[in-house]
This record gives sequence, C-alpha cells and structure tokens, in this order.
Amino acid sequence: MLLQMDNITKSYGSVAANSGVSFNLQKGEIHALIGENGAGKTTLMRILYGMESPTSGEIRLNGQAVSFDSPAAAIANKIGMVHQHFMLFPSFTIAENIVIGREPSKTVGFDRKKAIADVDALSKRYGMPVDPAQKVEECSLGVQQRVEILKVLHQGAEIIILDEPTGVLTPLEVKELLIAIKELARQGKSFIIISHKLQEIIEVADRITVLRDGKVTGSMNAADTNEDELSRLMVGRELVQLTRKTAAPGKPVLEVADISIRGNRTKPTLDGISLHVKEGEIVGIAGISGNGQSELIGAIAGLAKIDSGSIKLLGQETAGASVRTIRERGLAHIPEDRYQWGVAKDATVTENGLMGHANKQQKYGLLRGASIREMVAEWVKRFGIKTGSLSTKAQYLSGGNLQKLIVARELAQLTPFLIAAEPTRGVDVGAMEIIHGELLKKRDEGGAILLVSSELTEILKLSDRILVMYEGRIVGELASQSATEEQISILMAGGKRHGKAETT
Amino acid sequence: MELFDVSLFASMLRLVTPILLAALGGAICARVGLFNVGLEGLMLTGAFSAIVGNYYTGNVWLAVIFAVLCTVIFSMLFAYMSIHLKANVIVVGISLNFLAAGLTTFMLRVIFDVKGAYYNKDMVGLPKWDIPLLRDIPWLGDVLSGHTPLVYLAIVLAIGLQLFFFKTVTGFRLLASGENPTAARSLGIKVTRIQYGAVLLCGVLCGLAGAQLSLGNVTMFTEGMTAGRGFIALVATMLGQSNPLGVAASSLLFGLMDALSLRLQGFSLPTHFTMMLPYVVTIVAMLIFKNKSYMQEARKANESSR
Repeated sequence: MLLQMDNITKSYGSVAANSGVSFNLQKGEIHALIGENGAGKTTLMRILYGMESPTSGEIRLNGQAVSFDSPAAAIANKIGMVHQHFMLFPSFTIAENIVIGREPSKTVGFDRKKAIADVDALSKRYGMPVDPAQKVEECSLGVQQRVEILKVLHQGAEIIILDEPTGVLTPLEVKELLIAIKELARQGKSFIIISHKLQEIIEVADRITVLRDGKVTGSMNAADTNEDELSRLMVGRELVQLTRKTAAPGKPVLEVADISIRGNRTKPTLDGISLHVKEGEIVGIAGISGNGQSELIGAIAGLAKIDSGSIKLLGQETAGASVRTIRERGLAHIPEDRYQWGVAKDATVTENGLMGHANKQQKYGLLRGASIREMVAEWVKRFGIKTGSLSTKAQYLSGGNLQKLIVARELAQLTPFLIAAEPTRGVDVGAMEIIHGELLKKRDEGGAILLVSSELTEILKLSDRILVMYEGRIVGELASQSATEEQISILMAGGKRHGKAETT
Repeated sequence: MELFDVSLFASMLRLVTPILLAALGGAICARVGLFNVGLEGLMLTGAFSAIVGNYYTGNVWLAVIFAVLCTVIFSMLFAYMSIHLKANVIVVGISLNFLAAGLTTFMLRVIFDVKGAYYNKDMVGLPKWDIPLLRDIPWLGDVLSGHTPLVYLAIVLAIGLQLFFFKTVTGFRLLASGENPTAARSLGIKVTRIQYGAVLLCGVLCGLAGAQLSLGNVTMFTEGMTAGRGFIALVATMLGQSNPLGVAASSLLFGLMDALSLRLQGFSLPTHFTMMLPYVVTIVAMLIFKNKSYMQEARKANESSR
C-alpha cells in the first residue's frame, strides 16, 4: 500500500470535520473522494498535504509513519496538490509558474532558458501540451489546470491530489483532463480526486470513497457502483426525482432584439442577439464560457452598455436604464461569479441576505433588524444553509452554502423575471437538488427564467427551450425534449447544426 | 544666467538621489505587496539620525551607518505592524510619517537644544568624489563628476535591483510573494521572511536617502526637511511601475523639476511659486501616465492595503 491514513480525526473546537476516517491509495490508482460541501473531504486532504495537523490518527507512506508540518514537507515526500482555486501567478510565464520553488539556476541567476527547456520536455513526456513562454493570465482555464498539474509533476510528485479539478472547465477540457489523468496513472502516478461530479468520477476513478459529516459512509470499486448509490451515500437519503410539468408559456416578459456590443478586438462581443423569455418558461443558454454569455447577462441586468438593439422587460425599454431601475421593474439576478458579484465576503450572512431587500426592510430610514433576521433565518431553514449563525461572515461559508444563500435572496425578490447564471457551479448534489427544485417551482408559478450554464446536464434538465451561444452569436435554438447533449456540444464548439460534423 | 546649463543637470543628480533611493525602497515594498506610504517618515528619520551620528562620532561614514541603522529599526515597526499584526499598510505608513515628524522635532530639542534647525559650521558633510577620466569629458564630466558617493551608489543600486528582480532566483521568489502570497506559501516559499527582508532593505535605502539629504545636499537638519520628497518618491515608485529602471527614470524627472524650481528662483520668480513645480509635475505626470498598466499597479496597491 502506497499511502494509508488510519482513523484520522480533526476537530475544530467541538466540531469534528473528520472523525475516524480511514483512507488508502495504491500505486497507479485513481481514488476518488466524494461528499457534499462540508463533508470533510478538503480537510482530510489538507491534513495529508501538511496544511492542517490531525487531532488524532496516523498517516503511513510506504508503511512508514509520517507527519507533515507544512506543504513543503509533503512536497518533499512526493505528494503534490492542485487546489480548487488555482495557485498561479498570472503575470508570470507558464515556465516560471511550473518551476517556481525549484528553479534551475546558474550561481544565483535564474536560468529561464533552462526552465523553458525543462518545461517543454516535461509537457512532452506527459503528453500535456503548453507553450512555456506564454503568460498564465493569457491562458484558458483548461491550460491553467494543465499548468497546475505540470507544476506538481515538476516537483516530483508521485501522489497527486486534485481538489475539484473540473469545476471551472468546459466539457471538452474535462474530457482532455480525464484522459490525461488516466494516462498519468498508467505511467505509475497515483491520484486522489476530490469531486462531486459523480458522472466524471465513475468514468475516471478506480475506487471511490464517500464521506458524509466527516465520516466514511462507503468505499467501493467504481465499476460496482452507480450515480444513484453514490448520491444516496453522500446525501444520506434518496434524492427526489424532479418532476417537470409541461411548460405553459404566457406572455413575453423579456424581449431582446438585435443587441450588439462592439468588442475592443476585431470581433464584436455580442453580435445581433435576439431572444425572448415568456412567463412560465425557462430558457437555457448553453455555450463554452467566454462566448458572450457574461456580456449578455450584463446587458440585460444593466451592468454592461450595449451599442445597438433594444431590451424590453415587461414591455418597457430598459437599455440604458440603471441597474436599480431595472431591478425595481422586475429583475432578479443570480450572478455567475458569486465571490465577485454575489456576496460581500467580510459581511455577515444576514447582511448579505439583506442586499437588494434594504428598501423593503426599513422604517424611516432605519433597518428593521428583527424582521430582517427572521427573513434570513427562514431561508437558512428552507434551503438547509449550513452556517454557524446568522452573524457568521460570508467568507466562512462553503461555496455551496453561499450559493444557496444567494439563490434564496434573489428568489425572495419575487420578480417576474430571473437571470440564473451558473446557479449550481461548485455546488454539491444536495444543494443542486434544492436549487433546481426552487427554480422549477418559480417557473411553475409563472416566473420567467433565463438560465445560463456551462453544464449541459443542467441546461437539459431545466430548460424548456435551449439557445446555444458561440462567439457572441446565437447559433442554434432547440426544444429541450428533442435536444441531445451531442447536438448542443457540436453547436457549442462552433459546428453547424445540420452540417456533417461527425461525433467522435 | 541660462536656464538649462551644466550646473542645472549637476544639481538635478544631487537632488534626485534622495528621491531615487527612497523610491527604490518603495518599489521593493510594493513588489512584495506592501504599499509603503511611510517613505517620507523613514527618510526624515534617516536625515535626522545622520546628523546625530555625525555629531556624536564626528565621522561622516559612521554617521551614514548610524542613519541606516536607525531607519531600519523604524522600518521594522512598519514591518511588524503590517506583516505580523496585519494592520492596514496605508494607516501604518501614515502614522509612521507623523511619528517621525514628531520624534525628530522632539529629539532635536533634547539632543541639540535648538528649535527649527540644527547647524554647526564644524560639521563635515559627505565628501565629493571627482571621478578621474570622467571629469575630463567636457560637459558630461561636469554633470556626472563631483558628487557624493551616495549619488553613485543610488545609480548602481537601481541597476543592481533591476538585475536582482528579473535575473535571480531570490528576486523571482520575491516577485512571486507579492503577486500571489497564498500560492507562494503553498510552494513552501517563506513569504513572511521575504516581506520582512523587503521592508528592511527599504529601511536601508531610506536611511541612505535621508543621509544624502542632510549630509550631502546640505550639512544641517531642519524640521520636516524631507518636505514631501518621500511622497514624490512614492509617486515615482508608482509611475515607474515598481520597475527599478522605470523608477529611476521617473525619479530623474522629479529631480529635474526640483533643480529647475531652485534655478527659477534666480530668475526672480517668487520662491513659493517655483517650489510648487515638482508637485505640479507630479499631478500632471499622474494624468499623463494613467494608462492601463499603471492603473493595474494602483489597483494592486489598493488590494494590498487589506
């Protein structure tokens, strides 16, 4: 056995993040660690990587008991970790990012030529193509992920921990990554993958261990299990199958006609987009991120200026109106980047919940504290938001719980129209079930929802109509009953709908 | 009397030195993510302690070393509060400026028993170096030769620092610590140690800047004699985007304005009007150089102010 973690317990005060967790890894094996947000996966891996010390328990590497007091110690023992939020230096080149910490040098000088040659050799050896001289800030997220893995390989890692490696990647990039991981495992590297994307895990992993509330609830070969069993072990109950009523679209709520935004490059960012969303309808926008979705959302929400075209909300022109006016007329917005647009990290759960509701929750200009707390407490209960208290700072909530808070806040606006951008990004199955249920409920009650997501399964599951965006244009519209993942993928990659694009 | 002549450029070099030294210190701090607003205070401490060192030891070199030591101790206060206690760097920097202003005025009375300024005709300033060969070149020789060693040291340091940042492993790690401290830490780079080192180096540089001011440009100390040069250095740091050579270039610009303002007094322009010149240019420079990369630098600086 390459690695054994026996009976690991980690307590923060009275809360046990891990209690008696045992985990092992063989050479050349891909072992997935799955569980909901806050189940203790990341804690366990931080212990292994020397970022936390366990309250009790033992780690053995090749049979030898070890304990790491820092990531440097873990790296020295050939354990590498790729963090969920990339640990890269944007203004540095790929080569610099990979060799940092063990730079090739001539006396005291940093030998950048050798760094580039080394990285080139490394990327060829493991079949992960990168351009070593390119700056990281100019790279796609898929390439950045590759840089992270190459960095860990350059450190000489034999055990590689990947924390949510596919969260920010496009479907194509995910496919490439999974192939690369399998290839590396074939060459003898061992992987621990933290994830809650069950489909991918079953595809790539040899073994799967499930955590719930800091305890192991199951450990099995990937070949012997299925998504249903895994979700049950993760959530601790059967997931409710969403039932979709047939759509009964009413009158149009949002009408976007021929809007364009000139980009600062040669191609326009948005190029003649027209779409509409009716009452009681979810319109899904699929596309690889960066094809104009963010700008479209921005235009509708009043955050971005359009150069031509018209946007009507409930029949009233909103192009050029302020965000506040648009929101007051009937728009709510679940933003795609919850940390940048969705929350104030240093503010409390209550304060974050209050955002956008302050006007309704005041009397003579003073906030009505009790009523606000009551409102937020109700959301916390209904959405099962795990938080220490209502005055916990938002930054201490896990991504999924924060997302539930944002969704609850925006739904509570009770607006006729809702933009839901990446509503379940980085969110576990339990939270996803709740969020999806709430979105469908809003639709059944006559709400109009524009869903923007890079997750095809989500688009297919929720949408009544699907629009595909590519390079700032809408390149296809499909009815969700007849659409397949394959069709959408081809359109997303810029292929023609009725062309001869062959599926591979 | 001409406006642009040899002595104008010679005095530019002399006047630019304190600004350049402090700006380089500011650049090092900025590169590790600590925007040091306290340059003014550090420089003032250097200027005062150089005079004190000179008074007690009678040796100008020991005085410079004493100035550097005192300023380093003062800069460690900045380091401890902003790195260790995670206080807001802007607030720490500003309070350092006030502390230095008050402390030097107070100590001036305690040690020398004078108000306003201390001057002693027996006090020896930094020597002027006549560089052989160089001094024989017409015009250029008159501009470049005959300065204090600190002037030449400043130029060497600017080039040295450029090489250090972009050519050495340690410099690379220093840049990394500023760019993304969390990532640097995850790689086992000792970010805190690097930050302390950077502030320490900044202290050394500001100490030298102060010494040049009180022992090089003149041989005396007056209350608040830095007169905003630390802030001009700060602007030079930002304009030069914390690139040592860029910082040197923008410092030269401010040095030239400083020299010009002195020169214009000879043209019977009101003193208070000409004294505005360096600051007016600072504002104009800010407007001209408000390009993207400069803005990014400023944003970074804002983020670093936790």
